[in-house]
Amino acid sequence: MTITKLFPAAVAALLGMTLASCGSSEQPQNLTGAGATFPNPIYSKWFSDYQKANPLIQINYQSLGSGAGIKQATDGTVDFGASDQPMTDDQISKFRTARMSGVLHFPTVMGAVVPIYNIPGVTGEINFTGAALAGIYLGKIKKWNDPAIASVNPDLKMPDAAIEVVHRSDGSGTTFVFTDFLSKVSPDWATAPGKGAAINWPVGLGGKGSEGLTGLVKQTPNSIGYTEMIYAAQNNITMGRVQNAASKFVKASPESVSEAAAQVPMPDDFRVSITNSPGDASYPISSFTWLLIPEKIADAGKRTVIVNFLKWMLGPGQAMAPALQYAPLPAAVVAKEQAAISAIQ
Amino acid sequence: MQSGEMSLSRRLRSGDPIAHTLTGMAASTILAITALLAYHLWVGSAEARETFGWGFITASTWDPVKEVFGALPFIYGTLATSFLALFIAVPVGLGAAIFLAELAPRGASDALTFMIELLAAVPSVVYGLLGLFLMVPFLQSTVVPALVAVLGFLPLFQGRFNGVSVFSAGIVLALMIVPFIVSVSREVLLAVPQDQREAALALGATRWETTWKVVVPYAMRGIFGSVFLALARALGETMAVTMVIGNKPQISSSILEPGYSIAAVIANEFAEAGGMHQQAIIELGLVLFVLTVLINGVARLFILSMKGGAK
Repeated sequence: MTITKLFPAAVAALLGMTLASCGSSEQPQNLTGAGATFPNPIYSKWFSDYQKANPLIQINYQSLGSGAGIKQATDGTVDFGASDQPMTDDQISKFRTARMSGVLHFPTVMGAVVPIYNIPGVTGEINFTGAALAGIYLGKIKKWNDPAIASVNPDLKMPDAAIEVVHRSDGSGTTFVFTDFLSKVSPDWATAPGKGAAINWPVGLGGKGSEGLTGLVKQTPNSIGYTEMIYAAQNNITMGRVQNAASKFVKASPESVSEAAAQVPMPDDFRVSITNSPGDASYPISSFTWLLIPEKIADAGKRTVIVNFLKWMLGPGQAMAPALQYAPLPAAVVAKEQAAISAIQ
Repeated sequence: MQSGEMSLSRRLRSGDPIAHTLTGMAASTILAITALLAYHLWVGSAEARETFGWGFITASTWDPVKEVFGALPFIYGTLATSFLALFIAVPVGLGAAIFLAELAPRGASDALTFMIELLAAVPSVVYGLLGLFLMVPFLQSTVVPALVAVLGFLPLFQGRFNGVSVFSAGIVLALMIVPFIVSVSREVLLAVPQDQREAALALGATRWETTWKVVVPYAMRGIFGSVFLALARALGETMAVTMVIGNKPQISSSILEPGYSIAAVIANEFAEAGGMHQQAIIELGLVLFVLTVLINGVARLFILSMKGGAK
């Protein structure tokens, strides 16, 4: 008898407590996102700093890869996606059908892909033309003293040694940006193998992840590879300079990447490639990385969080980028994105 | 007194249906999971199977950009690395198991076995990274030059060695599966009844003759079981293999050349794949599943036939 009497009272008390905690201030919000691995270091910092400033908000980000980010955003299993390459028209129409909403691309930061190498006796920074990089990765340029390399490196003594080509074996935004550049500078590359996160490599060994690729390059004499600027910088790996569209050899840095972005007009949907960008100081293998946000977000609480986060990311968030070796967005892009936020409904 | 015993045995028996149901449920869960796995691999690869047909397992081009997919180099790489691993691990594992079960003092045997079983708990990515950063340079500087000097006339040991190769992957896999072979085989050898040994010794056999001609044949089925368990582990191993195999989809007569395995390409490409590429990767999963079932099936038949022959 006592239990049956007590039970409703206990339920009422519990309900009251829950209601009180909800009503007192804002509701706690949990958001999840998934996608690109390349911006993961700065996204982790952003989300944790944002949570410190707003204790009721928690944003979980899983760096599963750009493809997975697009897929999960389309399936609606996450609140937002992230990708190192813009969604294709086909992917956008699939998203529209599945979610009954458009999808907005918000560039967050920029990065670069740099050639790295291990040649015994060569410690300086090697100059690479786009054609030479394409030739090496097509297997047409086979030796380090090939005229295509030696002629633009008069100060370095390139050895008469076979080039060991190393590429990423896992599907990766890094590979996409690198092959996007090669496709622009080499018609041969554009026909085959083309550009993509994973491609059919004509030559070379595959290393899994940045650490696998770098490990292979470090251990294989006379090898060449490519990796994110941030990874090369953190690990003190010598990176080569790459010739840009203005025929200048430029070293990758947050500044030369920002310059590459500033030289390319930004379309209204923010889907733009900035590889082989014009301008004397532009680093040619540069790219944006994007957050993918649904146009319509039914849950008002989540919508507010996303809108506020985007505004914060475009303001204080940008200031954190250079310390982590990412290039901050050019001012014009920030202004354009701020205007685009209002499209989220 | 009589009625007391009756009620006790009845009480014991009344537990049987419950145990029967529970264990039956546990067993059918495993069946259901396997069936579900096969079903999803089958459905998930429907478009790829329709597009490529049987050509999928006989073609050698893997081009995600042009959406042309052939799995032969991956199938070859999976089989080559796994059997190479067995070739190395079986003699070592079996030798160690015989020593630990038959020849070593019991205390030393238990301590060593404990350490060998610890090896099985090391995450495979650790094996992969150790393989890449420690083993590969050692192979490059010492082992392979020696091998090539002695066996270089065989096509198996020709071509340029870059460190990462089918050979390197086979060795890492061998390290990873040895604990399974040692641990299971040792248990099986220890389970051989003592009177078998005593009978052989009584007939004048030496310690080694007893071990090799009586104990090992008696335990042969269990030993083979451990080998096939190890083989299944090798076929499906992902991280360690992808670190040291070179990830190059090619079929070469030389094991010093790089290759690629099914599990490695799935791990490498699945996250970024969509559309037909994803379908093809799921079909690779199906191929690996069928391959494992086939090999295990053949192993079962082999063990069954062997039992008939031995007795």
